[in-house]
Amino acid sequence: MVDIVRGETGVSARAETPVLLRLEKISKHFPGVVALGGVDFDLRPGEVHVLFGENGAGKSTLISLVAGVYRPTDGRIEFRGETIDLTAVHQARQRGISAVFQEFSLVPQLTVEENLFLGAELTHRHLLSKRAMHAKARDILDRLGFPLKPGMRVAYLSRAEQQMVEIAKAFRSELSVLILDEPTASLTEHETQRLFTLIEQAKRQGVGIIYITHRMNEIKRIGDRITVLRDGRKIATLNVAETSEQRLVELMTGRVIAQIFPKITYHPGATILEVKGLTTAAGNVSNVSIRVRGGEVVGLAGLVGSGKSEVARACFGVEPIALGDVTFDGEDVRGMTPRQMLDRGFFYLPPDRRDEGLVMVRGARENISLPSLNLPRFSSGIFLHRGAERAQSLGLAKRLNLHPLNIERAVDHFSGGNQQKVLLAKALSRDVKLFVFDEPTVGVDVGTRVAIYKFIAELCEAGAAILLISSDLPEILHLTNRAYVMHRGVLRAELTGSEISEDQILSHFFEREAA
Amino acid sequence: MTTESTPQAEDSSQPQPLSLRLQQIFVRLGVLPFLLLIAIIVFSLLSSRFYGPENIKNVMRQSSYLTMVAMGQMLALLTGGFDLSVGTILAVTSVFGAAAMAAMYAAFPDAIVLSIAVGMLAGVGAGMLIGIANGAGVALAGVSPFMMTLGMASIGFGISLFQTGGVPVYGMPKEFGKVLGFGQLFGFLAAPVIVTIALIVVMYVLLNWTRMGRYLYAIGGNLKASTLSGINTRLYLFLAYVLCGAMTAISGIMLTARLETGEANIGATMPLESIAACVIGGVSLRGGTGKLANVVLGAIFIGLVQNGMNLARIESYLQIVVIGALLIIAVMADQLRQKMMAKLRD
Repeated sequence: MVDIVRGETGVSARAETPVLLRLEKISKHFPGVVALGGVDFDLRPGEVHVLFGENGAGKSTLISLVAGVYRPTDGRIEFRGETIDLTAVHQARQRGISAVFQEFSLVPQLTVEENLFLGAELTHRHLLSKRAMHAKARDILDRLGFPLKPGMRVAYLSRAEQQMVEIAKAFRSELSVLILDEPTASLTEHETQRLFTLIEQAKRQGVGIIYITHRMNEIKRIGDRITVLRDGRKIATLNVAETSEQRLVELMTGRVIAQIFPKITYHPGATILEVKGLTTAAGNVSNVSIRVRGGEVVGLAGLVGSGKSEVARACFGVEPIALGDVTFDGEDVRGMTPRQMLDRGFFYLPPDRRDEGLVMVRGARENISLPSLNLPRFSSGIFLHRGAERAQSLGLAKRLNLHPLNIERAVDHFSGGNQQKVLLAKALSRDVKLFVFDEPTVGVDVGTRVAIYKFIAELCEAGAAILLISSDLPEILHLTNRAYVMHRGVLRAELTGSEISEDQILSHFFEREAA
Repeated sequence: MTTESTPQAEDSSQPQPLSLRLQQIFVRLGVLPFLLLIAIIVFSLLSSRFYGPENIKNVMRQSSYLTMVAMGQMLALLTGGFDLSVGTILAVTSVFGAAAMAAMYAAFPDAIVLSIAVGMLAGVGAGMLIGIANGAGVALAGVSPFMMTLGMASIGFGISLFQTGGVPVYGMPKEFGKVLGFGQLFGFLAAPVIVTIALIVVMYVLLNWTRMGRYLYAIGGNLKASTLSGINTRLYLFLAYVLCGAMTAISGIMLTARLETGEANIGATMPLESIAACVIGGVSLRGGTGKLANVVLGAIFIGLVQNGMNLARIESYLQIVVIGALLIIAVMADQLRQKMMAKLRD
């Protein structure tokens, strides 16, 4: 009998590998945006299927459809051979489809174990079986090898630890499809290794894994097949073993990489920003010293939470400084407000335009002029010059090819890339000596990305000083002439010219192997 | 002002089914025009006196007090907060204004104008103190607007009752009530209506033509983005509550003139009615959006409904039920509108 069973599986495997999950011509429209247009995708049991593409290519939308967060506008989802219609996350979970998103679905006020069982609490006669959940939580965490106590409050955990809770949540119940969205972004090398071992285990149990990453070495290490998405469309599905990095980047961007990044001529001039021994009051930056001159693009690289944003924010006056000197254009600017820094020519473009960059419910015109309304060209006394404001905002919107060119439209109704253009236009509404770009290309399509790089190049060549804060390696590699690398609030390295290579930066990104 | 949003205007000139056109009006103007229309039809059927010129005058005067408070409330709502202490501000203004005026008048029976001026200043000053406390709590200490203004409502109300022992304050010069309470210009414009119109003009300029107005919208729309754009968010949050207090205090003085006594109990329904006027007028409770004209119309609408119900002899306790129901209907309609807006953009 054993022989027969073995024989059967052998045959079926040879004829056609059974498909766990299949998406057919799947589309998702949001107001004004086609996030996914007719994409086919399939997942086999026991494989790691990598989703690859630019920010905004539709990867997140695709996994959200599979996880039951959104419903598709069009198309069909088939799970183990039957068509399913997922209207809620818990329906997907019941079928063993679990997702670990980048934006954590944890309740900070609750403990690790309360979060682990959220929505699926163990009960006994309608009362919570706390002891059973505690034991099971410890069991799951031990099995995964995560050094977490079930009773800890999630709010007090580091980002990496929260990531572990999120992953543990996916492993809580019987799994058939596991979705991981850039799970290693905030993990150390050691924790990453641990996660990959888990993925191997899950594969052996027949779990299908959808894995989103931007990191080439991860694709090679654990990927079986890879699907490339671009602008909401599927470009290709390939076997990882048969492809090359060059080919993937070409498929992802639709052009040769050299065209994406402009050639910048640097003319380093006078020092604009000088930071010496900076330590923030919150302790997320300690003893950091950097220097930015006019006519150069200086990179500040590091993982999420490495403190790279906080350096710039402390200089801009939004993060309290404990120790150190900040000199801007020869003047001591410690303790100054953002208004004073703006008036001195320091412009900080925040990473999350929705959260910090733009007033989404207001029109593009009002957003563009917001940082500059105190200038004589926009107002005198307390009164606004609305005509001049309209003309100047429209001029900037045209210069950045805002589409559609309607500056009264609420920013919320523009696409992500055009929202980013409004953010850039804000920076042009006044005279600026130092531009700080904090993750400027998160969530924008390739076209806008190219436009932003060109924009940075032009500003630099016009003599402005530019600090580019980014966790996107190619950006640092191709745009900067000097780069600092940060790790856990400390400056790890300063690289100049040809020293700026992928290996060099990556070796400083993570904790050293020995640690 | 938004008539030049051209592409849609062109589209809507083509023949369309009536339901779609109504949908577009609803999305663009909100629920208020529909509510006004319904109210006017219903009340004119219920009472023949509803249309008379005398009644229109009444509605204008009666709703002017609420209009002033609603404009103050709008400032707080725009920043993403609200002011639950507007009723108390009315009480404090009325009680302290009347007391100061009566005391001054008793001491100097000949200095009528001076007594009135001193009383009004004392009243508005006392009311603004509540606004200043609200602003300091919300903007500087970071207390949530809900708790801060609720707490101040209790404090101010308690002080007013304590000061008066719960009895009305008498002894103000008759001229105060005669001019500011019952006075009319051209036999048509009542004194509170004139004051309200002046305040509407001030508010219009403030919201549309000054930096402060723009900053209030921006702060309510996104506090963090406003900070990073160099706006002194604490200062403007503070000012929003102070100005809200000032507007409400002016309303309180006018109401005191009408009643000819200082009363601690005059504002009990004001927090609800002023927020209702703003929300029915399309001001978002999350801050950042809202038009002045619609808030004024919202306040007039509530005045109209109260007036109509009085004429139709609906019991006053039931009227409170209707106002609450209207508020909830307006919020639900606004949510529907948000959804339709997203759909029509497609």
